[in-house]
Amino acid sequence: MNFHKASQAVAVAALAAATVLSLAVVAFIIVFVLERGLPQLSAEFLFGLPRNMGKAGGIFPAIVGTFVLSLMAIGIALPLGVGTAVYLSEYTRETGLTRAIRFGTDCLAGIPSIIFGLFGYVFFVTTLRMGWSLIAGALTLAIMVLPTLIRTSEEAIRAVPASWREVSLSVGATKWDTVRKVVLPNALPGIVTGVMLSLGRSIGETAAVIFTAGSSFRLPKGVFDSVRTMAVHFYILAREGVSVEKAYGTAAVLVLSVLAVNVLTYWLMNRLIKRKAR
Amino acid sequence: MTGGSDALVRRLLAAIACTAVLCLLVIALFIFKEGLPFLFKVGLGNFLLSSDWRPDAGKYGILSMIASSLWVTFGALLVGAPLGMAGAVFLSEFSPTGLVRFVKPAIELLAGIPSVVFGFIGVMVLAPIIRNAGGGPGLSILAASIVLGVMILPTIMSISIDALAAVPPSYREGALALGATRWQAVRMVVLKAASSGLVAGAILGMGRAIGETMAVIMVAGNAIKMPDSVLDSARTLTANIALEMGYATGLHRQALFATGIALLVVIMILNGLAAAALRRRGTGT
Repeated sequence: MNFHKASQAVAVAALAAATVLSLAVVAFIIVFVLERGLPQLSAEFLFGLPRNMGKAGGIFPAIVGTFVLSLMAIGIALPLGVGTAVYLSEYTRETGLTRAIRFGTDCLAGIPSIIFGLFGYVFFVTTLRMGWSLIAGALTLAIMVLPTLIRTSEEAIRAVPASWREVSLSVGATKWDTVRKVVLPNALPGIVTGVMLSLGRSIGETAAVIFTAGSSFRLPKGVFDSVRTMAVHFYILAREGVSVEKAYGTAAVLVLSVLAVNVLTYWLMNRLIKRKAR
Repeated sequence: MTGGSDALVRRLLAAIACTAVLCLLVIALFIFKEGLPFLFKVGLGNFLLSSDWRPDAGKYGILSMIASSLWVTFGALLVGAPLGMAGAVFLSEFSPTGLVRFVKPAIELLAGIPSVVFGFIGVMVLAPIIRNAGGGPGLSILAASIVLGVMILPTIMSISIDALAAVPPSYREGALALGATRWQAVRMVVLKAASSGLVAGAILGMGRAIGETMAVIMVAGNAIKMPDSVLDSARTLTANIALEMGYATGLHRQALFATGIALLVVIMILNGLAAAALRRRGTGT
């Protein structure tokens, strides 16, 4: 009995140590980047234009490029994702078609980003003659985040109680009115969670973006202009050794953006869970 | 009239719902359209069974890259799976419930950190340590394995936590009632019941590791040769595509798409294994 108690103590200590180690890695990465990057941040760095190929000056075009590109991608993917989720959960039973849709969504989620980059390059950039541009990058990212949006929206829609739909239908509302006025407003926090997850992924993406949106370091004037996102800018600075200080500064802004998106997502999810519990 | 518009909405939504499948088909079509002619011209044997990659000399062998991808992926699994699963077991079975709500989102932050940042930290921190301690170039399979292992940790941990949560409490109670300690109950009953879910998590983590590109380019060193030690520099399938896509033309460019096909096939095999493992959980135990 004592032996079993002792072996349990050892096992639990080892498991706890592994958990602490994982947490330490998270803390190390965040502290490492912020410690070196935060001192680089200044109004000029955040809102200034680059000088000397990014060796000096600011990264304003990259910040604009990152958010415009990500928001365009989500603007394209969101109606498709929510529409798919509404169709799957409200308008059909399990059929061959829905199984094909689900299977296709799963496959799409498993494709690595470099393949999206390859595809976006041949299809949007070359075949459709969009060139390296905001629109080519946004369409590629939109396909990439579509599975996330479909899944989170479907979960959110299915969590709306069936009785609410029945009440709406029983007072004479059409199916579409019910979806529009009862189901979607109540599924909104879950859908927003999906949007935030997609936003985080788009902000950090590099491989799919560098081959489709290009790396022009100027403020875009239209959707057919090439942009450079923060992640791409960071990659170029770090890989070509342009400026380690600016690289750390860019990494800090990038990590802070992603952290902000994550914290917001977590807060939204908690609100959702509390509402469900009520 | 309203019934008519409802039918219209239904048809519109059905069309929207097909976009994901349509995208998948178009992606497959274009990747294969660019890559397949190359395979017929160069031959599957010269492509898959040779390690000689010199596009300027018409040599397109990717065997060393397939091997490098597998080394790096299994290395990542050796790092990420024990950490992720141990964390999951500790949080699900041995810790107060409040702790999970704090620790899980903290570790899931890792999933949000951009891969270029992971790669950069690997270059700045890990590579010098490996170079000083073990010799070799530092930018190596070992460095890539550790970086990727950390990157797949949140995937493995979340899925493992779900798998453990799916084991009915009565299994634990039964074991404890027979006089087992909590650790014995976990080791002999809970882990067995959750095993297929744990395996599925590990395989999904592998899928992520093998598809990762930017972090690997930065830390693996990218040398084109058959790896024979974890301290060797290596070029993976994904790195090969990303490094040469910028300037490749003609047959060389087609070869990169064929590399993409090879990558997709490997991933499809891994996903098939994960699906089989999950199905076993659905019917068995």
